Amino acid sequence: MDPETTNVIEVKCLTVRYPKPGLKQVFVTAVNQLALAVHHGEVFGFLGPNGAGKTTTMNVLLGFVPPTSGTASLFGIDVRQPIARQRIGYLPELTYYYKFLTAEELLRFYAKIFGLSRAETDQRIAKLIKLVGLEHASKRPIKSYSKGMQQRVGLAQALINNPDLLILDEPTSGLDPLGRMKVREIIQRLKDEGKTVFFSSHELGEVEAICDRVAIVHEGQLKAVGTVAEISAGHANLERAFLEVVGYQSTCQP
Amino acid sequence: MNKIVALAGVVIKELYRRKDFYVLFVLTALLTVAAGMVNFFNDDKIIRIVKDVCLMLIWVSALIIAIVTTARQIPAEREARTLFPLLAKPVSRGQVLAGKFLGCWLATGVALVVFYFFFAIITGSREHIWPWAVYFQAMWLQWFMLAIVIAMVLLGSLYFAAPSSTSTISFILVVGMLGLGSHLNTLALQQPEPMQSLLAGIYFAMPHLEWFDLRDFVVYDQKLIAWPAFALATVYAVVWTGIFLLLAWFGFRRKNLST
Ligand SMILES: Nc1ncnc2c1ncn2[C@@H]1O[C@H](COP(=O)(O)OP(=O)(O)OP(=O)(O)O)[C@@H](O)[C@H]1O
Ligand SMILES: [Mg+2]
Repeated sequence: MDPETTNVIEVKCLTVRYPKPGLKQVFVTAVNQLALAVHHGEVFGFLGPNGAGKTTTMNVLLGFVPPTSGTASLFGIDVRQPIARQRIGYLPELTYYYKFLTAEELLRFYAKIFGLSRAETDQRIAKLIKLVGLEHASKRPIKSYSKGMQQRVGLAQALINNPDLLILDEPTSGLDPLGRMKVREIIQRLKDEGKTVFFSSHELGEVEAICDRVAIVHEGQLKAVGTVAEISAGHANLERAFLEVVGYQSTCQP
Repeated sequence: MNKIVALAGVVIKELYRRKDFYVLFVLTALLTVAAGMVNFFNDDKIIRIVKDVCLMLIWVSALIIAIVTTARQIPAEREARTLFPLLAKPVSRGQVLAGKFLGCWLATGVALVVFYFFFAIITGSREHIWPWAVYFQAMWLQWFMLAIVIAMVLLGSLYFAAPSSTSTISFILVVGMLGLGSHLNTLALQQPEPMQSLLAGIYFAMPHLEWFDLRDFVVYDQKLIAWPAFALATVYAVVWTGIFLLLAWFGFRRKNLST
């Protein structure tokens, strides 16, 4: 198959149910019949209110949660196979790394998991530490980092293998304006290099600025998908469109 | 294999940076030294008792280190969510288990070497005997016994809610196996049916950890066990370790990690 025409991410009829704690046979449907295709070279924003099922969908893509029904594939490979993950960088929504390691040791460990050579590892680590702005702290244990610094470590580890697809779960949460700008620049640069970025976010202004296409999910279902222009057509901006799609009504009106 | 070694490296790094076991380590070493210092009129019987106590201490400390370290590996990875960025990389869950096992096992191995080294120095300086081969056999078999224990605890840690309950249950189980293992078949003969068959069944089905206990050889006659028997015991340990690791892998492979 031609890599340019295969969808990088393909999700079909995906349903995920979690058992309700303590109750057998009662389920929470986190994702409901979701279908999604992310194309090569695209920056794709995955939007939805809290609890909409964004993280759950990503967990399926990474093979952490088995789909209750439906399928998901990365680069045309079913997500259940570990090789599907060789070309991926992933930033989890809550980032906690081995606290007793330094940022440099952590990156070195992950580089080994990817089977990178010594020389390549050294070079990448130096570059990434600089990219995320942790030069002054890279030799301190991660437990001494602030939240935003941990988020930066997370970003660096997601890029260690020079991935073709980045899956980022709220990459800018916890970052200061400089960090946010940096994330935007990184995403833009990756796009220029022909990489694909799939990320969830609550920062609609940011999404508007960098995404080629967005999808909005609500209660596990896909409510809208298209370019930012398509979705915000007829609304003041993407935020308005988002609120309309998820059925928001102001409770402050008389 | 490189991935497994890298994973094991993280386990070991954590262990020496967390410093939990330094206390236990220093305590065991100190007690061994102190015991060796005591001069009870050079009475042979008392020297033996002291050696017995030292070895007992080494066994208990090594067991605690092995069990407690292993029990927290996978739960800690899940709790701190470090498992997610890890598994998002091209590493299989089986490799993660193998890496955890190797790390814990190597760490206990290092602890054992230090303990036995102390023991050898102390007894050597008092009694002027240096039965290195006996120490080697005793240490080696203890290490392989701990491999079975570590694999078993790794399996248990996938199912029990908290590392502390895994540790406690494992510790009781292992001590029970060590204490009762060799008596179970004789005990069985004294029981009415169906207890008899049940106990005999357990006797044949369980891993016999007590076979790896060479403490009496070290304390009393410093005799070596036959090398073929030694090799066989090693193989026996490897097989049981493999069984437990395989079971753990089956359990871990299909586990839904977000619940
Ligand atoms: N491990 C779990 N067990 C049970 N229910 C879960 C679990 N994880 C998520 N859920 C439920 O699944 C639904 C979707 O959650 P998910 O984490 O995917 O939302 P999200 O879109 O990422 O939200 P947020 O914007 O807050 O990150 C929620 O109703 C949540 O309660
Ligand atoms: Mg989420």
